[in-house]
Amino acid sequence: MKFISEYRDADLVRGVIAEIRRIIKHPWALMEICGGQTHAIIRYGIDQLLPPEIELVHGPGCPVCVTPLELIDKALVIASQPDVIFTSYGDMLRVPGSGRDLFLVKALGADVRVVYSPLDAVKMAQENPGKQVVFFAIGFETTAPANVMSVLQARALGLKNYSILVSHVRVPPAVHAILGSPASRIQGFLLAGHVCAVMGYWEYPPLAERYAVPMTVTGFEPLDIVQGILTNVRQMENGKKDVENAYPRAVTFEGNQPAQKVINQVFMECDRKWRGIGTIPLSGWCLRPEFDAYNAEMRFDIGEIHTQESPLCIAGLILQGLKKPHDCTAFGTQCTPEHPLGATMVSSEGTCAAYYHYHR
Amino acid sequence: MCLAIPGKIVEIYEAGGLKMGKIDFNGIKREACLEYVPEARIGDYTVIHVGFAISLLSEKEARESLEFLRDITRFEDEVGIETEEHQSP
Repeated sequence: MKFISEYRDADLVRGVIAEIRRIIKHPWALMEICGGQTHAIIRYGIDQLLPPEIELVHGPGCPVCVTPLELIDKALVIASQPDVIFTSYGDMLRVPGSGRDLFLVKALGADVRVVYSPLDAVKMAQENPGKQVVFFAIGFETTAPANVMSVLQARALGLKNYSILVSHVRVPPAVHAILGSPASRIQGFLLAGHVCAVMGYWEYPPLAERYAVPMTVTGFEPLDIVQGILTNVRQMENGKKDVENAYPRAVTFEGNQPAQKVINQVFMECDRKWRGIGTIPLSGWCLRPEFDAYNAEMRFDIGEIHTQESPLCIAGLILQGLKKPHDCTAFGTQCTPEHPLGATMVSSEGTCAAYYHYHR
Repeated sequence: MCLAIPGKIVEIYEAGGLKMGKIDFNGIKREACLEYVPEARIGDYTVIHVGFAISLLSEKEARESLEFLRDITRFEDEVGIETEEHQSP
């Protein structure tokens, strides 16, 4: 398949890794922020092929993992109401709330449905005028264009029975929070290729400059990832702190302008709590007041939420790159993908799930 | 979540007031929304995420990056740098 197979060429990947070995002189801690990249790194064994000087630190770029517990509990309350069709991306169904998950409330009789695209949820609202259709709009910048378009489409169709429960997060404030933490030991960043396909990478040069940490926009295939690492190692060894683009076939500096325009029309910046990490100022997007009619938190009486996390789970420390899954006493024993204690074990992008599936 | 898959646009049409298209993912065809890539034409390659095209792929950029990486690999071959597996006893 064009644009895939050439980026899985093992000889080329080995060649790039040999070049990394040739130029590397110092130990470096490099964070890949995106959970999709974490999975590709572990799945293809890239971490084991790299020279020992490179430590890959896995970042919090898994929207399922960082969706705050309060919002999952709210989703559970809304989904349990009669005459509600609760729709979600599949990954969210097994994420533990305080005691239950969406899968369990579905088993107890709630109408919870997995959709591929939010436009499928809008279609469901059209076809079920007697029901309230709610879409769990989670995601980073990559998913925002789809989620906001569903609201505009519902409005254009005059639908009164469609709303979204928003838990949107943004990468630049998270990078700022990670690098600004006194505990940070990150010396370079692989930026998430598809976040940048939407947003471009114009937001990152001030961060690279401020923290003197070079960054590289990186794709998702094995060759993309080693190219991103090579580009960043070259910068670190040369004392540079630029933002370079190692995924130019999909990403431009400005990003997708039509998408950014529509995101800004529907969403505005807001403070957002990240599960396991805490509140990061202006790190989220929420609906602008003119779209209140499509805001599920306003449409439903949710009542007071009392949350309770598993006392064993260390997902927060893993999401901040401070611990690895093996540092957790519950990993692979009390906590497995079938019976997860935390979201990092559930999501197809969670670090714990990656380590578990690929036997690390 | 942020995974997005490249595919070829094989059909463009309008549905429900939106610019839509059929995307060929190596033989499997699915519908996607093309509102965010207004310049898209049939035959273009695009990256699809949750049913939306978020970027058109640049064949020129792809060719140049691959050439750059092949040059590096050729250089490694010429100077005979070995990977760690080869050095292990």
